[in-house]
Amino acid sequence: MYRYDEFDHQFVRERVAQFRGQVERRLSGALNEEEFKPLRLMNGLYLQLHAYMLRVAIPYGTLSSRQMRKLADIAERYDRGYGHFTTRQNIQLNWPKLKDVPDILDELADVEMHAIQTSGNCIRNVTADPYSGVAADEIADPRPTCELLRQWSSNHPEFSFLPRKFKIAVTGAGADRAVIKFHDIGLRIVESDEGRVGYEVWAGGGLGRTPMIGIKVRDFVPAVDLLRYVEAIMRVYNAEGRRDNKYKARIKILVHEKGGEAFRDAVEGEFARIPLDESIPVEKELARIQQFFTPPAYETLPDTSEVLAGSLAAQPDFARWVRVNTRPHKAPGYTIAVISLKPTGGAPGDATAEQIRAMAAAADKFSLGELRVSAEQNIILPYVKKSDLHALWQDLEDGELASANAELISDVVACPGLDYCALATARSIPIAQEITERFADPALQEKIGPIRIKISGCINACGHHHVGDIGILGLEKTGAEAYQITLGGDPTDSAAIGERSGPGFPAEGVADAIEKLIHFYLEKRRDGENFRQTYQRLGHNVMKEALYAAH
Amino acid sequence: MPLIRDGHFAGDDWVRPDPDGAFVDDASPDKLLLPLSVFLEHGAALAEAGKRLGVEISNDVDPDSLAPWFGRLHLISVLFPKSADGRGYSIATRLRRLGYKGELRATGRLIADQYALARSCGFDTVEISGAQAERQPEAHWLEAERAMSLAYQRGYGQLRNILSARWTAR
Repeated sequence: MYRYDEFDHQFVRERVAQFRGQVERRLSGALNEEEFKPLRLMNGLYLQLHAYMLRVAIPYGTLSSRQMRKLADIAERYDRGYGHFTTRQNIQLNWPKLKDVPDILDELADVEMHAIQTSGNCIRNVTADPYSGVAADEIADPRPTCELLRQWSSNHPEFSFLPRKFKIAVTGAGADRAVIKFHDIGLRIVESDEGRVGYEVWAGGGLGRTPMIGIKVRDFVPAVDLLRYVEAIMRVYNAEGRRDNKYKARIKILVHEKGGEAFRDAVEGEFARIPLDESIPVEKELARIQQFFTPPAYETLPDTSEVLAGSLAAQPDFARWVRVNTRPHKAPGYTIAVISLKPTGGAPGDATAEQIRAMAAAADKFSLGELRVSAEQNIILPYVKKSDLHALWQDLEDGELASANAELISDVVACPGLDYCALATARSIPIAQEITERFADPALQEKIGPIRIKISGCINACGHHHVGDIGILGLEKTGAEAYQITLGGDPTDSAAIGERSGPGFPAEGVADAIEKLIHFYLEKRRDGENFRQTYQRLGHNVMKEALYAAH
Repeated sequence: MPLIRDGHFAGDDWVRPDPDGAFVDDASPDKLLLPLSVFLEHGAALAEAGKRLGVEISNDVDPDSLAPWFGRLHLISVLFPKSADGRGYSIATRLRRLGYKGELRATGRLIADQYALARSCGFDTVEISGAQAERQPEAHWLEAERAMSLAYQRGYGQLRNILSARWTAR
């Protein structure tokens, strides 16, 4: 993991002191709310329906057990004893008091954490594949690039007051688990024909009220040019992005209105003008950061574990959890374990302070003290020995953290919705809860197979409903909540935006409709097909009708 | 209107003449800050007459279009219509990279907390309204400017660069 040096420490401390001063000046009236708002936002502080909300950055979703414990501690002492892990690999505290926030930030700085640029119209926390560094299909670990971008974007003098928020994601794997085609900038680490490492650069993707798949800006940007290339994109966007309408202010609208070709030309033109500052060694800096992400000293293990085989045979529940919640690892004898934060009837992504501590303890015992947060709002243990899986599972069972549903139907992604959010038009959490209850049977879930259900409580799409196999968008229609269902969305390389099915459903009708659709799919699917494949074979109209069938 | 220079409130000897008035004569002030259209129309004659010229631009002007006039420009003032509208920072960066060496001023709704960013992008001075100067006195600007002493970015002025410091510390 990356560790701060003296300069990183000083930077974050100064930033906390600066924000403390800004809070004081807001309270004294020296700053008015219009002036204070962007300042508090770029320090992670939202004003929500009932209270302030503090969003703490978990850069590229990687954190240590020590940091995890600090989060539990803060949730307990400054909040109501729980936190909410988000689709952008951050954590949100829902009830902090304004006067406490500078103290919370100071405590975060003690463990090399911050809330810088987790909101506001600036470059946000850079996200990455949650299996970075360990996935069997990885070409290169994207986290050094993310860390370089985190530093470069922090308090950027030119790009702190953009037309709108700006999100960057990086993947270094064959399969895209970072959703790069739906980000303002998406980067994929690639190797050129001559064996040089660089990036495929995408831009202009996004969800929100106008979902768009990004365009490829360049096939290959050499590593040494990355920051200059990103700077060029940012400058074109800062100068030309729309500021007359906040709903048309994201870079996707600029790319769309300007046209892909003209946008590319503008970026290339700007890039050509940015001087190459030889005095600061980007490659050396990247190499310095890379040292923090060298793989651990793996034990030499056989790829199959006899201990594991024994437990699998003896305990079907454990066997199911292993089948569903582990992923292939680079190193023989190791696996990646997903801790699901989606218990039946729970609020997706929520964890109590006790559970957060239990996960930290599990990381210490079984995963070299490291954890990840995934865009699916789950926690990942990246370095688990297969022979330890049973002991890990038992510990997770004790903490009510052993739901065997990773990427299955009850692994529902949902934004906080109207229960917390000032922007929401409908509730998300109760819909998620009902779906997880309806499909609680683990055998049924496994039979249904991989499927993404994603719920947003308003058109801003924080629950990423556009890229769910089944997307659910909560709206308000003449005083009542109405839920519009989209089908066929896909966040991966085969990126697709879900298509609307038809009239919305009342809150109490959503789970019924989905149940009908799922039964239809189970009936119609061919051997070995998952939901997506059946959807593609039968087509949108056939699947959509199942949603509205009378029975 | 109050001007902030090097962290202190300072006097301003630039004059915005009435564009309809007869300022093309010897009696007009020596330092004239002109709207872009006036500058383009009368700039040559005024420079000839020995005036020092500045131009005031909105934040959607292409900096390239000013490059031919850098020789006769001593001040470029960029308008910030809202503190949240950050286009001016990119204009400043582009002007400096195009080689503009004269005074660069941010005029409008900048707040003290943006002062250090503005200076890093190449602005020398900030001009604010009297009402804002009352709410945000000189001490706030000085303090805000010193709040952050380090920066991660290359190619911007002002603050100590972390990457350079890191690599010279070794």
